[in-house]
Amino acid sequence: MLERINRAYIQIARAQKSLGRKINIMEVCGTHTVNVFRAGLRDAFPEGMRLLSGPGCPVCITDQGYIDAVLSLADRDDCIIATYGDMIRVPGRNGSLEQRTNRGNIKIVLSAEDALKLAKQNPDKKIVFVAIGFETTAPATAVIANEAIEQGIKNLFIFSNHKLVIPAMKALLSEKNHKIDAFMCPGHVSVIIGSDAYKPIVEQFKRPCVVAGFEPMQIVEAISEICRQLADNTPAVDSVYPAAVTAAGNKTAQKIIEETFDAVDGCWRGLGNIDKSTLKLKGKFSELDAEKQLGVKFIHEEDLTGCQCGQVLCGLMDPPDCGLFAKSCTPDTPVGPCMVSSEGACAAWFKYTRRKRRNQ
Amino acid sequence: MTAGDKILLAHGGGGRLTDELIHSVILPAFENQTLNKLTDSAEIRLGKDNICFTTDSYVVKPLFFNGGDIGKLAVCGTINDLAVAGAKPVALSLSLIIEEGLEISILKKILASAAQAAKEENISIVCGDTKVVEAGSADKIFINTSGVGLKLSKAEVGFEKIAAGDKIIVSGTIGDHGMTIMSQREGMKFESEMKSDCGSVAQICAKEIEVLDSDIKFMRDPTRGGLAATLSEISDQTDLGIEIQETQIPVNPTTQAAADMLGFDILNIANEGKVVIVVSGQKADECLEICKSCQNGKDAAIIGQIVKSSEPLVELITMIKGRRIVQMPYGRELPRIC
Repeated sequence: MLERINRAYIQIARAQKSLGRKINIMEVCGTHTVNVFRAGLRDAFPEGMRLLSGPGCPVCITDQGYIDAVLSLADRDDCIIATYGDMIRVPGRNGSLEQRTNRGNIKIVLSAEDALKLAKQNPDKKIVFVAIGFETTAPATAVIANEAIEQGIKNLFIFSNHKLVIPAMKALLSEKNHKIDAFMCPGHVSVIIGSDAYKPIVEQFKRPCVVAGFEPMQIVEAISEICRQLADNTPAVDSVYPAAVTAAGNKTAQKIIEETFDAVDGCWRGLGNIDKSTLKLKGKFSELDAEKQLGVKFIHEEDLTGCQCGQVLCGLMDPPDCGLFAKSCTPDTPVGPCMVSSEGACAAWFKYTRRKRRNQ
Repeated sequence: MTAGDKILLAHGGGGRLTDELIHSVILPAFENQTLNKLTDSAEIRLGKDNICFTTDSYVVKPLFFNGGDIGKLAVCGTINDLAVAGAKPVALSLSLIIEEGLEISILKKILASAAQAAKEENISIVCGDTKVVEAGSADKIFINTSGVGLKLSKAEVGFEKIAAGDKIIVSGTIGDHGMTIMSQREGMKFESEMKSDCGSVAQICAKEIEVLDSDIKFMRDPTRGGLAATLSEISDQTDLGIEIQETQIPVNPTTQAAADMLGFDILNIANEGKVVIVVSGQKADECLEICKSCQNGKDAAIIGQIVKSSEPLVELITMIKGRRIVQMPYGRELPRIC
């Protein structure tokens, strides 16, 4: 194992020499962010390499306007909100879902299927499924949309704000002042979209795209391969997670996404509006579409005062450089979503690197 | 207090909010030296004997889980709180708050299980109370148990005994209870393969004290907040650092997989039949052997040590020889999205 780490060290040094400066690798997956910290990788690697946490945490990249719209639905007596757990503590302009749990209409679900079950169990309520996440969670939402239509379930409403990873990666590289030399590509998302999906990024922007698994050594291998490509100036798509990720991905999942959703322009926290980056239900599912049926609308809203989550998500700032970090914004009193989610960059920095004690 | 001056679920999570609630709201109401120590059991002098006294309430969903149920949990949990304080459990009370509508057959099953757990530890449930509340006012059944124990004459455990160079032992695989409950609650595919560690550590604690007396510096059952909360508290209370080795911490691979799937840090997950022991460096191997000779301590391991440090922190030396900090968990663990 230490041998493999040493090999990575050599590649990092080569890449640094070749670029003549520090190298910046963005991990586009919240699970990578957390596992990098948990494994102590930041500490083990040389200073010449920086890992930037990208827009890979579903809750973190969700626009403030959407969160406020969910909160407005939670305040309605006829609605039950079915949401993934990460979402409940994200602050909106008027509290969070967690502060509304005493209303009894906020249900944490682990899968979209649970939302469908809730609809069946509560026929006199409108079940609103907070459909967020990337290509990983979109297929499950598509499945329940189809099942609800087939089974004639009339009280399930899907509030879709699913996001697509590739448009966001392109948007990041299209920014003038980005610092990204390469991407460590998300494992789970790549299982669905396939590693070939990154080819346009390599071709257009000449950046290495290497898919990594989640074990510490798989992450080390990915970094090693990225640095080798940077050193040799041979950017390419590669996968060090071949057991799970194929070039073409999961065709069945891709098909159901295509058949259920349209990719439309949509807002991301920090990145703003990105063309064809957001999945909305197709017209044939309009009876399930929360936006159409429940009169809920959301428009882009600026982040809450002082919160720099947007900058963090673009790799332009490390969390400790935010003025709120560890002061008014902590995991107990989060100001922005990156401090809430277990996948969030700010929470990871706070939990695993903050060297102050709790009484200070 | 923060977070809008209302009780949140996270206030009961065993992490920082729980800590804050206890210190800013509960302790000020009762101020006294015995309570302020916040030990697992209070120590009271009665005549020439030192008596340990503890209480705990049990709310668990589902009521029955792989490896135990709320009845066994209520008995073992309170026995463990006495045992880690260096006491021999003598008697328990058991009080029930029952929601209207609970099937009597379920109640019988829970009580039989509690009785069996008490019998195995040779301890009697000597008093109790029963209340029924209307449907919706409780979730099926809540149980409170209190326990008294006789402090073992050789026991000299306490934060103040801990010193740099002491070793840290955990009596077996961590996170099994919390992950079993969570996966059973969520119907995850692992559920049949995982088993809660719900059980007593009284045998381990008594044997350790009997053989190693003052070399056993401190014991704690790492329940809510898991190993992370217990180690953070040791570091906080002693102003000493702690180093633990990731590769030495016993973890059941299925439990680890379930935690990974939900995005949880295994160090933060609750245990209900484990003890963390701080022992003098020279007696660590002996302490480990004693643990391993006990029924509930077969997977015990030395996981780290107490260190002198300018920054009293708990640090984990990871598999790849990196370092990261282990802290008291924050709020409630929330499953991640993908």
